[in-house]
Amino acid sequence: MISKLNLNPEIIDSARNSARNIAEDVQSFIDVHTTVSTERTVARLMGIDGIDEIEKPLPNVIVDNIGEGGGLRRGAAYWIGNAMLNTGDNPQTIAERISKGELDITRIPMASEEKIRDTVFLVARETVERIRKNRKQRERYLKELGEGTQPYIYVIVATGNIYEDIIQAKAAAKQGADIIAVIRTTGQSLLDYVPYGPTTEGFGGTYATQANFKLMRKALDEVGEEIGRYIRLCNYCSGLCMPEIAAMGAIERLDVMLNDALYGILFRDINMQRTLVDQFFSRVINGFSGVIINTGEDNYLTTDDAVEAAHTVLASQLINEQFALKAGLPEEQMGLGHAFEMDPYLKDGFLLELAQAQMAREIFPDAPLKYMPPTKYMTGNIFRGHVQDAMFNMISIMTHQGIQLLGMMTEAIHTPHLHDRFLAIENAKYIFNNAKDLGDEITFKENGIIMSRAQEVLAKAEKLLKQIEKEGLYSTIEQGKFGGVKRSRTGGKGLEGVTTKDSGYFNPFISLMLGGDRK
Amino acid sequence: MTGVAKVDLTKVRPYGDTMDDGMIQLGFTLPVPDGDEAVEAAKQLVKKMGVNEPNVVHHADLGVGYTYFVVYGKCQHTVDYSKIEVPKIDVEVMSKEQVERYIKDNIKRKIVIVGACTGTDAHTVGIDAIMNMKGYNHHFGLERYEGIEAINMGSQVPNEDLIAKAIETNADAILVSQVVTQKDVHIPNLTQLVELLEAEGIRDKVILVCGGPRISHELAKELGYDAGFGSGSYAEDVASFVVTEIVNRKLVEA
Repeated sequence: MISKLNLNPEIIDSARNSARNIAEDVQSFIDVHTTVSTERTVARLMGIDGIDEIEKPLPNVIVDNIGEGGGLRRGAAYWIGNAMLNTGDNPQTIAERISKGELDITRIPMASEEKIRDTVFLVARETVERIRKNRKQRERYLKELGEGTQPYIYVIVATGNIYEDIIQAKAAAKQGADIIAVIRTTGQSLLDYVPYGPTTEGFGGTYATQANFKLMRKALDEVGEEIGRYIRLCNYCSGLCMPEIAAMGAIERLDVMLNDALYGILFRDINMQRTLVDQFFSRVINGFSGVIINTGEDNYLTTDDAVEAAHTVLASQLINEQFALKAGLPEEQMGLGHAFEMDPYLKDGFLLELAQAQMAREIFPDAPLKYMPPTKYMTGNIFRGHVQDAMFNMISIMTHQGIQLLGMMTEAIHTPHLHDRFLAIENAKYIFNNAKDLGDEITFKENGIIMSRAQEVLAKAEKLLKQIEKEGLYSTIEQGKFGGVKRSRTGGKGLEGVTTKDSGYFNPFISLMLGGDRK
Repeated sequence: MTGVAKVDLTKVRPYGDTMDDGMIQLGFTLPVPDGDEAVEAAKQLVKKMGVNEPNVVHHADLGVGYTYFVVYGKCQHTVDYSKIEVPKIDVEVMSKEQVERYIKDNIKRKIVIVGACTGTDAHTVGIDAIMNMKGYNHHFGLERYEGIEAINMGSQVPNEDLIAKAIETNADAILVSQVVTQKDVHIPNLTQLVELLEAEGIRDKVILVCGGPRISHELAKELGYDAGFGSGSYAEDVASFVVTEIVNRKLVEA
């Protein structure tokens, strides 16, 4: 791609290099730690599901039992494998027996490590094969049914009731949506377990449960076959259960997942050590299952100023890119986030937004960038809001964004009504078609407002990344450099769920998904 | 030249382009398939709302057998504007500098304001706009006010934690933000805070304020708050109320 902004490739390389070093620094912490949610994910992927009589999920039951016996440092796989050898039971039965108090998993005789590994890998391979089949099924659908052209039209449903969500989602697909995201109920990101079963009540969204995933997947496959276009399903990993939700998504063939530890740290006050360790495994799973991740940089601009803090978005995108690469996630699956959040009354604000979007496009040429709509300056004036969304759509088509989360004119008022979504899709389709090749027809004025702005943002991002490289990511967050939000290394929720690994620790899924054959 | 008709404030109805034409626009969806029957259904519904001569200017199939309508018509109802009374926050809004001077002259000590987005609500835009240094739309937040110690506890704060913080810091005022109001989840949450404060015996000792896009002063008063601030409120609106109330309620002695 020819740079329309005259960005200096050396500055991009330098910024990327700093981001790599920042990620490597954090990775050396991640590599020697595990978390309760990581181990619950291992339990899930080994086939443990369901709840006990007080509705506590069995993955929690078994990992709590391991933790009480002081065994978390060795990892759930080891203990489950050992129990399988000892009892001859499968992992699900073992978990059920623990929940009934019949078995204490760390207090049974030890088999040899080699035998444990063999047993565990046998089970793990089955799940990995199942996930691989899901990926192939998606590829088959994409080939047979086809898909919408980028920018993919991404809309949310958020009724709280999965069955009502299905009606809304099917309508959206018929109206032209390519991706349906089921917004989670407010507060789910702070639950240290994943709720179970189909759910019909939620606040501002619907619980992410495996049963809900399955129901929506089936509905979208049906509507996709009916209209001859594969409809992608999106849900949210970020929170205290990042890898568990990624695993559920892999099993139920979700296609897009929000996945961003930084978002959890800054906006949900989740402990940074906990969620960065969780993020790694969740991205390994997302990577292997062919899921496009979405990162949450757009949120910085809701708490910080979109003009002044634009460079923090780019810096964070570069860091997120490196974390993703470390987890084996290719650029084609990196839906790095950014947003159209400048004050609509700003003179030439459209030009600054255009510069930012074009810059992101050029720096991440193969990433399906996720572009977020105006939210901060949306008011009850729905008519102006509809125009703001149109301006946002115009930038997206001009700069070839990958995923367009459609703005709703009722953004500041309520979760979208059926016709709000209809009008938003109509707006986007009109502009995407009517200005389809505009971006390829125009060049920007040498050293004009757009070019200068992009160069300035890039330079500031490089400077910030160099500083983070020196101070480390943790202290940078402690200083409030992202989103203007300060979080401490030991503060926030979930730190008690982090532990160091011992020398006998193993997680079969990391090696199978990250190291193994990915085809 | 004939004059333009003057409005009768005892019988106000919508204005389109002629006094008293009653013109209104409506947009809504009916869960029936698009077609002549759907259009007729929309007209009948609008007539029942007291809107005469309904004109369905647009109707579209929403994909699942539902239909979206845009309708114009003439509203027959009127309201008596001259008799309307709306409860309002009865305080003169001061600028940031005036608030700071007011504290210096009348309170003569630092005041403490604790704020939070409580319950399951994770949306801090409102409380941040009022409390954080930066404020919103070029109106600085309370953190930047001289004479105010502003403590923003952030999102999803349990009511119990908010009260504990208020007691710990000997707070003069508590600000609660509620943005997520789907299915009225904010009502029991706001009510519970008042009950807990009363149980702790400190309700009278603090100025209790709530805010959010769906919060009105009237609703706030109904729920037992001293004031409620809706959309478009800035830090100075809240600060003016709090400092005036501290003086009026003789809470100056901390």
